[in-house]
This record gives sequence, structure tokens and C-alpha cells, in this order.
Amino acid sequence: MQRIGVFVCHCGTNIAATVDVKAVAEALGHEAGVVISQDYQYMCSESGQNLVKDAIKEHNLSGVVICSCSPRMHENTFRKAAAAAGLNPYMVEIANIREQCSWIHKDIATATEKAVILGRAAIAKVHLNAPLTAGESPVVKRALVIGGGIAGIQTALDIAEAGFDVDIVEKSPTIGGKMAQIDKTFPTLDCAACILTPKMVEASQNEKIHIHSYSEVSDVKGFVGNFSVTIKKKARFVDELKCTGCGLCTEKCPMKKVPNDFNLGLDNKTAIYIPFAQAVPKVATIDPEYCIMKKTGKCGLCSKVCSAGAIDYNQEDKFVEEKYGAIVVATGFNPIKLDKYDEFAYNQCADVVTSLELERLMNAAGPNGGTLLRPSDKTHPHKIVFVQCVGSRCDDSKGKPYCSKICCMYTAKHAMLIREKYPDTEVYVFYIDVRTPGKNFDEFYRRAVEQYNVHYIKGMVGKVTPKADGKIDVQASDLLSNEQLHIDADMVVLAAAIEPDKTARPLATMLTTQMDTNDFFTEAHPKLRPVESATAGIFLSGACQGPKDIPETVAQASAAAAKAIGLLCKNSITCNPCVAHADELMCNGCSSCEKVCPYGAITYQDKEFRMPNRTIAVRRVASVNPAVCQGCGACTVACPSGAMDLNGFSNKQIMAEVDAICK
Amino acid sequence: MQEAIIKRAKELLADGSVNRVIGWKKGEFVYDITPAVFETAEEIDADFVYNELTSANVSKYLVKETKKDGKVLVFLKPCDTYSFNQLTKEHRINRENVYVIGIPGGPKLDVEKIKAKGITGILNITNDNGTLKIETLYGEETMPFADAVSTKCENCKSKKHVVFDELIGEDGDITDTNRFEMVEKLENMTSQERFDFWRDQLSKCIRCNACRNICPACTCEKCVFDNPDLGTDNKAAADSFEENMFHIIRAFHVAGRCTDCGECSRVCPQNIPLHLLNRKFIKDINSLYGEYQAGEDTTSRAPLTDYTFDDCEASIVHERGAE
Repeated sequence: MQRIGVFVCHCGTNIAATVDVKAVAEALGHEAGVVISQDYQYMCSESGQNLVKDAIKEHNLSGVVICSCSPRMHENTFRKAAAAAGLNPYMVEIANIREQCSWIHKDIATATEKAVILGRAAIAKVHLNAPLTAGESPVVKRALVIGGGIAGIQTALDIAEAGFDVDIVEKSPTIGGKMAQIDKTFPTLDCAACILTPKMVEASQNEKIHIHSYSEVSDVKGFVGNFSVTIKKKARFVDELKCTGCGLCTEKCPMKKVPNDFNLGLDNKTAIYIPFAQAVPKVATIDPEYCIMKKTGKCGLCSKVCSAGAIDYNQEDKFVEEKYGAIVVATGFNPIKLDKYDEFAYNQCADVVTSLELERLMNAAGPNGGTLLRPSDKTHPHKIVFVQCVGSRCDDSKGKPYCSKICCMYTAKHAMLIREKYPDTEVYVFYIDVRTPGKNFDEFYRRAVEQYNVHYIKGMVGKVTPKADGKIDVQASDLLSNEQLHIDADMVVLAAAIEPDKTARPLATMLTTQMDTNDFFTEAHPKLRPVESATAGIFLSGACQGPKDIPETVAQASAAAAKAIGLLCKNSITCNPCVAHADELMCNGCSSCEKVCPYGAITYQDKEFRMPNRTIAVRRVASVNPAVCQGCGACTVACPSGAMDLNGFSNKQIMAEVDAICK
Repeated sequence: MQEAIIKRAKELLADGSVNRVIGWKKGEFVYDITPAVFETAEEIDADFVYNELTSANVSKYLVKETKKDGKVLVFLKPCDTYSFNQLTKEHRINRENVYVIGIPGGPKLDVEKIKAKGITGILNITNDNGTLKIETLYGEETMPFADAVSTKCENCKSKKHVVFDELIGEDGDITDTNRFEMVEKLENMTSQERFDFWRDQLSKCIRCNACRNICPACTCEKCVFDNPDLGTDNKAAADSFEENMFHIIRAFHVAGRCTDCGECSRVCPQNIPLHLLNRKFIKDINSLYGEYQAGEDTTSRAPLTDYTFDDCEASIVHERGAE
């Protein structure tokens, strides 16, 4: 029989306000095997922990049950306390009477009854606990950064700076991401390219950083400290090592009608292209959808002009496998598609553009060389209407429920830049609220209103109608003066909501990390662990975790790097001793467990067994490599005969908990 | 057909290609036929039988038989080949030790359905173009063949042999029967109606374990219900409700592995439609993960032990529960 100590935490009033903690301690004190049952205001505090330690020594406890918050919060705290008092840390069980009890109940009687039941379940489990000893596993001193935007670049630079090798996997032909498409940055209005491109060059020249451009992560195996990742290097039909980026091929390519995705389709590029002048790596890529040679087998002009002999029309996708200790996700965002917003005539009228398209239209490297012209007739617009929150803060199915956070500021920036460059242009901004919480942000917005006379109108645009004379009728309401307005605009700019990149969800699945309903990655703790995912060894950088502006993205990128470096610094990490093991006598050899094991920890072998009547039978049985097993338990539920079991979470223990709850 | 099968079995025994034959053996009455292992031509001549009453799926016997020395000849009906494949896939059958001859299958008869018509003292049953001529102690009786077809053959899923070394007779095709009709009916019930339906059915259970013992998916070295170390063995016996859970748990254990051979319902002495539990799982697996037929091959990954990007999210359970 175990000698169990029960410790009920008040958590200030978090638990004690809804659960009668004294009654819980009293009730659990009568359970079989319980030799001491106490309550305390803050069990996690030093004096609370001392209470546990002293009780272990004084009462010679063999098991401890802490009725407190979620084990995610303080299981480790109490395991350490138990270890300090000479008790095996795995003899501690947590009954979660906060998140699963006091926080969700209002009635004290109900909550108290439930707290007692949860305590009983934990006691039932401790009765079957056995001491476990954790092993160690080595850490691969190399990091992977998925996504080569400003977030990925910053993370990679910081990790490399600390002396670790780091690979960037970027799905497009160049790193740089969204920031490379942006003209100026708020609130200082410095040019995005001027501050981004040096970082891109730094990344490419740093010998610790290896860039896999035009590549995707196709498979992830392993676990913290020891991930094995397969990277698909898509065929770009140009030898990266030979190409000098001279660009001659792009000049000679006869296929010049390829929509230029870097300029969001506002102009055309050639079938062999370098996305932009400062691309890193500066290597050409052939778009096989448009390349005449790839489609008809006749042309080969680029190959003829290439003095480096870099063109290879027969190149195929390549797969490389690499080991990493840490993975940082930096997959970024995209503006949403506006197909569903017919009221803004985005699909009907070329002069209705998104804010990102406006960035390109105003950019010196953009389709108009930096002069703001209407896409339809290349004339100078004199009246521009900005519409805020297109698809943001939406409660319908068309948009997103959240605030995209960056739109207020970039719209103020756009309005200000237009008024600065073209003072004869009138600028209207329709908004629900103007949100400017950031250093120097509200000052920036006020400058747009007060200094640059941008017309900010509280209210939403109801309908945008292109007219025959090329003007655009914008029908809107001014909520402050309670008036209906009609504005004859030359251009309309829509601040489209931003959403996580579409590659994020399949990636989250591969990484076994969590996402929220909007496909943003979920952090391990919204306040205290904002750059870690709940999966050990996977870190979050930039807008993949939530809408962010550049300064915030860079700050988070460096924070994610710091967390990754903290992991890579270690030579080994403590393994989880709660690993699976197979009962060979019960194993059927069916391979179900082997198939579901995400870590490849299970192998099968033919083994000889002594059977009744002095016979020997050869049976196919499973065996688990405890160094590789991560204790996820998938095998234990897949096993039809119950031969697979998990240390610390055995079928028997779980059944005992269920029994205790159902009693 | 019986003659052709017997002839081939004796040939293969005689030339030493096989050492044993698994087939069906006559019983005391014309209808109590049991699966059996034959070792000599004499035994085969004396007892081997194959007709409309040999409905038993013999593939499960190979789990033990293929672990012995020598080679086994087995005659498999189309539906039995699915069980055979599934067992091969799970490494339960040693494929090298078996020689498979595919033979035409059903529809097979269920003698209980004949008896239910009040026909007793059955001496012989013959099929005369869709009419059963039943010779009894009390004279000859007739009834339509279709009225006596075994439940497991009513919704035949396939007349195609998915595995064989040789065939006797023609191979057929996968048939498109409406086998989920009853499952749909159950799904359309209110949860209380469905609960009542299953309580009514499952309360008939006498825990004879016939369903488990016949089931080709239930071949565990030690069944969880027989294992005192797991703490689950005596759970089902705790009260009548938990007793009912035996079948639900068994359906979970064979989910994704059940080939829908229908043996569980066929052998149930209490006539509980156990196959409906399995079919519900099959239907759900098909709709959630795409069409899947267990035992169709020996290599494909079963949906419940596989993982693809298209898999439904776990929230589907919640969404469906709200229906």
C-alpha cells in the first residue's frame, strides 16, 4: 500500500472561491492509503513546496497528489519539490481542480464534489504509480527556419550569430517575403528595401546560414533535439550553383506575357525570371507553365545566351534530408482574396486595388516606376478612397473575426505619402475605429489628419460602382454627421484582412503543432510562452502566430531565435521516461503500433518463445526503442490486444482513474 | 462443384503439394456442417462437403494451421478471401504455408430461417430453380430459396476473389448492394430510439463468446476480455449495462479491420444483428476517410492506423454529435 499525501491548493481565490478546499482536503484524507491531507493558500510558493517536502520526509510518503492548477502549469514544479525531498518525481500526480473545475463551475457544492472526485482519480492512479527514471538524448546543433521573410531572416541571423548552423526553407525563388514588396515602412517612412535587402545579403553571406529557396518542407519526423526533415527542392530548371544572376536570359526570353506575381499581377514578366533586382539568391527560375521550351520543346533561347551553362530543362524536384535540433516556423501571412466582396467591385474595376497592390504601384521598382497612376488608363488619380477593415472584424462567413492590426497604420502611411507626393490629390479614409497602439503610432496617424489633411470619415463604404466615365462612385455613410455620402473617386484602395499563409495548416499537421480556428499557430502560453509552440522544439516567429507589424515581427523573431539557441546550447536533453513498452507474450505481431508510431520507435522481430509441452514457437513481436519513443501513446490505443502499454499512463492506471470517477 | 473441389483436394494431397486441407465437414444432420481439417483422401471422401449450407468462413483457422509444419490447402469463397488478406496483412497467417483455391460463394442458406417457417425434422434440402425442396420426417415441404438466404448473404459485397493461387469456377465482380440501409435507418432514429433498439438487442446476449470466437479479426494471442492483468476482463461482467458494452468494445477493436464477413451475426444463437455495429464503423470510415474495404489487399494502410493531410479534423465528432 502506498503512503499518499494530498495537498489542496487555494490558488488565492482562483480555486478557493468556488471549491471548498478544506472540505476537499477533509474528504480526500479518508481515502485508502492517504496518510496526510492538507490545504494551503499557494501550494506552488516556496512555503507551499516546503509543506510538501516536509510531509514527504515526516510521513515517509511514497506518493503525492497535488490538487491545483493544470499539470501544464506546475507539474514540473512539484516533481522537482518531490525529488528534492528524496521521492521519485514520477510518484507525483496532479488533480486539476482549477481549469477543469473551479474556473468552469459557479456552484460551490457542485465544484467541491467534482474536486473531490478528481482528487480520488489522482489517488487511484498514484496507487499504481511506479518510480521512473529519465534518460537523456542528444541535441542536433542545427536549426531549421521555415519561411524566409523578415521573420525567418531575423531568426536565422540571430541563431547563426550564436554560432549554430541554420537552414532557411523558402517556398518562393527568393527570400524577403512580404517586406520586399512593401514601399515604405511606418511610422518612420524609411524605405523597406533599404533596411531589408542588407539583411537578405547578410543572410546569404553568413556561412552558418544555408538558404533552400524555391523549396518546401515535405516531411517531418523525430522530436525535440532530433528532428529529421525532408526538404523538397522544386525544379527551377536553372542550376543554382552555375547561375550568376546576370539576367541576360530574362531579357532574351520571348515569352513576355507571364503575370508578375511579385507585382501582384499588375504587370508582366518573362517565363524565365528573377523576381526582383535584389533577390537572394540572385538566380533565375523558369516557370514551366509558360516556358515555350518546356511546353513545346522548341525555343531554348535562354540556354543559348547563358554563358554559364546554367539552364537545365530536365531538372527534377530533389529531396534532401537533414537533421535539426530545433525548428522555427515563420510562414507569414497573405492578404485575403476579395472575390466575395462584390460590393467593392474589386473584380470589376482595375482601379479598385488592395493596399499591397498600392504598395507596388507606388514603389520605384513597381510597374509604374514609382509614379502613382491608375492601373486602367495610367492617368494620375485626383481623388482616392481608402476602405478599412475589408474582411477584418467581420462576423459573417466572408471575412475574419479578428483585427488585422496593421491596416490602420499602413493606410495612414499610404494617405500621408500620397498627400506628400501629390498634394493635388484628395484622400478619404473610411474606418470603423482607428487603432494605433504602438510607439509613435498615434502621433503618426494624427500627422496624417492634422498635417496632411487626410479626410478620415467614421463609417463604412456600402457600395463601390464603376461608372462609364472612368470615375468610381463610392457610396458610404458618415456615422458622425449621420449623412449618406457619394464620392466620385478615381481610385479605391481596400485594406484587405490578412490571413496565415495556406501552407501553414499542412505544415502544422506535419509538425504536430496546434493552430487556432483562423489557422494561426497557437503559442504554448499566450502570455508567458509566446514564441514557443506547445510541441517541444518548435518555435513561432512572426505573423504565422498572429497579425503583426514589422517591429513586432522582428522582436518576436529574435525571441524565437533566443529560445531556439537556448535549446541548441544544450548537449543533451532529459527524455521523458513515460515511454511505451510491449508485452511480448500478448503481442500479435499485427504491426498496428508500428504504423501509427510517428517517431519510428517500434520495430518487429521474430523471436523464439518457450511454449507449453517443451515446444518452441517463433513469433513476430514488437519492441520499442525507449530512446526514440516520445510517449505519445498512439501505439497503446492502436494495439488490439492491449500488449502495448505506456509507463506512467498504463491502461491499468487510466482504468483505475475512470473507476474512481465513476464510483 | 463439390466433386470438383474434392477431386482437386485429393490431387494436391496425393502429389504432396499440400499436407492438410481446410474445408467443411458433414454433421449429424444435413445442415450442421462445421469447418474441418482433412489430412487424408479417405477423410475427404467420407466427410468433405460443399453446398448451399457451407456458409462458414474458414480463413481464421489458418492462424493456427499455418504455424504448423507443412502446407495447408484452403478453399475460400469470395468473402472469405477478404478475411484471408486482412489476416495476412496483420502477419497472422503465414502466407507461404497456404495454397489458396478460390471457389464460388453464396448465396448460402440459413437453416434457422427454414425452421422458423415451422419446418422441422429436416432430412434433406435441395434447390430446384429457386424453390427449396425440403424432405422432412413428415413429408416434403417447399419454400422460396430467397426466403431462406442467410443474412450475411443478403447484402453480398463481392463475388470477386481478392486473393487465390488457383480458381475453381468463374471469378465474379464486386457487387454493389445496399448494405448500409439498416445502418441508415438506425442513424435516422432519435438517440433514445437507437439506445432502446440496442438495449433490446444486446440484452439478449448470453456472453457465449461465439461472435468473438468466429470473428476473423479477433485473433489476439490473449483477448482483453480474458486478460486479468489488464483490469478490463471483469468489467463487462459488472452489470447488465456493461455486459452490453462487450459488443460495442469488440466493434471498436475490429474497426477498420472488419471485412464485413457477417460471421458474428451468423453464429449468434440469440440472433443479435451484431454486423450492424461493424457496418456503422465501415460506413463512418468510408464517409470520413474515403472508401475503404478491409482485406481488399495486403499492402494499403488502413484509415484508422494511417494519417493523411486530408483526414477529417477531430472536431468532426463534435459536429456530428450535434446533429
